Amino acid sequence: MTSDFAVQQARIADDIEAYLHEHEHKSLLRFITCGSVDDGKSTLIGRLLYESQMVFEDQLASLAADSRVSGTQGGELDLALLVDGLAAEREQGITIDVAYRFFSTEKRKFIVADTPGHEQYTRNMVTGASTADLAIILIDARKGVLTQTRRHSYLVSLLGIQHVVLAVNKIDAVDYAEDVVRQIDVDYRAFAKDLSLRDIVTIPTSALVGDNILTKSPNTPWYDGPTLLGHLEAVEIEEELQHQPFRMPVQWVSRPDLDFRGFAGQIAGGSVRPGDEVRVLPSGRVSKVARIVTMDGDLEAAVAPLSVTLTLQDQVDVSRGDVLAAASASPGVADQFTATLVWMAEQELEPGRPYLLKIGARTVSATVQAPDHKVDVNTLEQLPAETLGLNEIGVCTVTLDRPVPFDPYSDSRDMGGFILIDRLTNNTIGAGMLDSATRRSDNVHWQATDVDKAARSALKGHRPGVVWFTGVPSSGKSTIANLVERQLRLAGRHTYLLDGDNVRHGLNKDLGFSAADRSENIRRVGEVARLMVDAGLIVLVTLVSPYRADRQLAREHLEDGEFFEVFVDAPLAVVQARDPKGLYRKAAAGEATNVTGVDSPYEAPEQPDLHLRTDEMEPEVAASMVLAMLAEAGIT
Amino acid sequence: MTRLTHLQRLEAESISIMRDAVSESERPVMLYSIGKDSAVMLHLAVKAFYPGTLPFPLLHVDTTWKFQDMYRLREKKTNEIGAELIVHRNPRALELGINPFDHGSAMHTDIWKTEGLKQALDNGGYDLAFGGARRDEEKSRAKERIFSVRTKDHRWDPKLQRPELWRLYNARVHPGESVRVFPLSNWTELDVWQYIAQQGIEIVSLYFAAERPVVDRDGTLIMVDDDRFRFREGEVPMRKKVRFRTLGCYPLSGAIESEADTLSAIIQEMLLARTSERQGRLIDHDGKASMEKKKQEGYF
Repeated sequence: MTSDFAVQQARIADDIEAYLHEHEHKSLLRFITCGSVDDGKSTLIGRLLYESQMVFEDQLASLAADSRVSGTQGGELDLALLVDGLAAEREQGITIDVAYRFFSTEKRKFIVADTPGHEQYTRNMVTGASTADLAIILIDARKGVLTQTRRHSYLVSLLGIQHVVLAVNKIDAVDYAEDVVRQIDVDYRAFAKDLSLRDIVTIPTSALVGDNILTKSPNTPWYDGPTLLGHLEAVEIEEELQHQPFRMPVQWVSRPDLDFRGFAGQIAGGSVRPGDEVRVLPSGRVSKVARIVTMDGDLEAAVAPLSVTLTLQDQVDVSRGDVLAAASASPGVADQFTATLVWMAEQELEPGRPYLLKIGARTVSATVQAPDHKVDVNTLEQLPAETLGLNEIGVCTVTLDRPVPFDPYSDSRDMGGFILIDRLTNNTIGAGMLDSATRRSDNVHWQATDVDKAARSALKGHRPGVVWFTGVPSSGKSTIANLVERQLRLAGRHTYLLDGDNVRHGLNKDLGFSAADRSENIRRVGEVARLMVDAGLIVLVTLVSPYRADRQLAREHLEDGEFFEVFVDAPLAVVQARDPKGLYRKAAAGEATNVTGVDSPYEAPEQPDLHLRTDEMEPEVAASMVLAMLAEAGIT
Repeated sequence: MTRLTHLQRLEAESISIMRDAVSESERPVMLYSIGKDSAVMLHLAVKAFYPGTLPFPLLHVDTTWKFQDMYRLREKKTNEIGAELIVHRNPRALELGINPFDHGSAMHTDIWKTEGLKQALDNGGYDLAFGGARRDEEKSRAKERIFSVRTKDHRWDPKLQRPELWRLYNARVHPGESVRVFPLSNWTELDVWQYIAQQGIEIVSLYFAAERPVVDRDGTLIMVDDDRFRFREGEVPMRKKVRFRTLGCYPLSGAIESEADTLSAIIQEMLLARTSERQGRLIDHDGKASMEKKKQEGYF
């Protein structure tokens, strides 16, 4: 135990009120430690926890027992075991992951992201770095700057961490030699000048012995810088964020009664006061802040990263996902970007496939083009790439289905960082950092027209909508859709039938049958259907549309209650016997490939609005079921 | 520049997590256990949606064996803030009369709490449940996500857990699956106590030392909270000045002898204490790595 610890304990015992008062005014620092077990990373974190008295007697007892069984310090307390569960995890098959640890001193509370440093854990390091204000990069004094040091530093820089501590550890193992530390410092700075690390502090340490961790070591009289903990307590991190222009993504619109309309969110940058002029994005409308509402009373000012609720002076339309920003320094709005992407899933990036993209409080549909290049994380070399696999990093063009407000990631993590979500598995499969817009829409606002969808629909005497018939070839989609359209026409309804085969002769004749082309085919048909709904029509779409994600995308383009998914279903044997176009016969003979249901997958709808088994019913019955569905939904 | 305190930053983060979670789910619910962490979580929720009311109900998975003081505070608190409260008692446990005296802590907890929680979540069709767990509570929780995905049968599957970057949480699940959200993930026990003191949050009186009737069971002090208590032969309750560091079912909660009857005295005692918070929880001692196992089975 250090003497500081005893002093602190005595103060707690003597005057708890004074102690608590001080601790109420602690600040918070989040940091990440980069290095491998061999560099003494676990020992370092263990030492920080131990020295800041975050280890209790019952934990110490089990640590002592563990140290005797599996410690590396000859039966002495092995501090690494406080945090090092990796070996056990590997045996148990538990995912090796980011762990968060906590300790505090009198000045600060600390949150440490502890991640394994090996190359295959790029995903974890990126995750841990995304919320860190500072990175400790550990270097073994005996080994100097290694490949892994470069990799860690690149990732730290990529994630926008400005403050780096270069901990030259195991300094006891090189006899506290000053020239060793100087050389490592020179080597590191030479390499790091290509990275965007603003503040690098080199500290000679021994986590094992405790040199320059909490107290200045008598073994390094030549070192006159701060101790590790001293530096962590002092480094300034909030200033930059608060000096940025005001940004707040709206997470929640608060409408407890008709008189109150508040916009709740966490301030991503800058500060705000009542009377400040703010712009709502992407709409571009301008208003002034009326109040900053909290349960503890209205505030005169609020700064990042506080969570607040704002009211505005004018009745402007604001929804979840919009951004409130300083009117004088607004973010850009765009729907196509270049971004650096970190791939985090086993299943590799499929260029052209629609994914979900979450940025701020907004989730949109996105497609990613094949990478311009990928980056070798060890050499920083740019390599050509068709796709990205797990733990790979590349620069790609990302296209969204609608414009979003953004700042480059280098200016703002919260306005420029995004995650990609797979529509089928719902997993987070990638993370990205927006660089710049390649297609800006700052000045392209939606042209509001006087005659709108409701007006057109009123003239027709019925509501518009899309009936989307999906199913494998020859399942009966066109037959049923034809019958439905005839009945609707007889009833005086305005319709159009968009046939999947027919559009390939014109609108989509440039597309083939690869997964990407199929997705694009469906996207275009979905867009045309949306325009026709806007024109007030009932649109019948017959399209194999084998992927759930594509059909979901078409649904999302429409308003609730306008899209009806009809699953036209029959066993493969039945459709193969029907085969009016001879498609299955050709597939069997090897003359046709990419035939859905044969050598190309069909993802059946999980919850279709209507499921028609065409091997069990006549087409007329199926058609009448579709008509009944439309009537019940209030379309006809 | 405004220098924010660690409590301000923790509060801002928790509020942001709650607003995001509610926006991204169809049927959210908050698990309310009446303990100090629940009290803090509820306080943060009221702040997050002020001046509106809570956009979700509170769910208490009851075992009928909680301390009487806990039931009293539950009623008082939910009335005060006008929250909808759902109390679920596993009907099977009720029918079988499951209790800690006859069936032991493991079975009692498993049937009332683990099974009861699953029933309650299924009954309500909830796709998202807030819980008050913290990462500092235990080694195996250090890696828990803030948004933790559960399978249709409420199990924790390592393969379903998603990377969490920045403040971007992914609450999307398939029908039947659900998400547990832990807004206090980054709080420590000390943070929780400091926040309770700073905000004047009401907590169950059992956290404060007072003279209470207890018996010594193999070195653990158990409070005699009602007449269902089973005395061993010749056992007579003693009056001792005690308090609790964690609260659960009264026959399973170990008291500590203490003079700490104010918040600052409690914090002082905690800072000087040399044993971790969970030590008083009898269920943790059932087997090695028992929390990890319980989590996989669906216990919080």
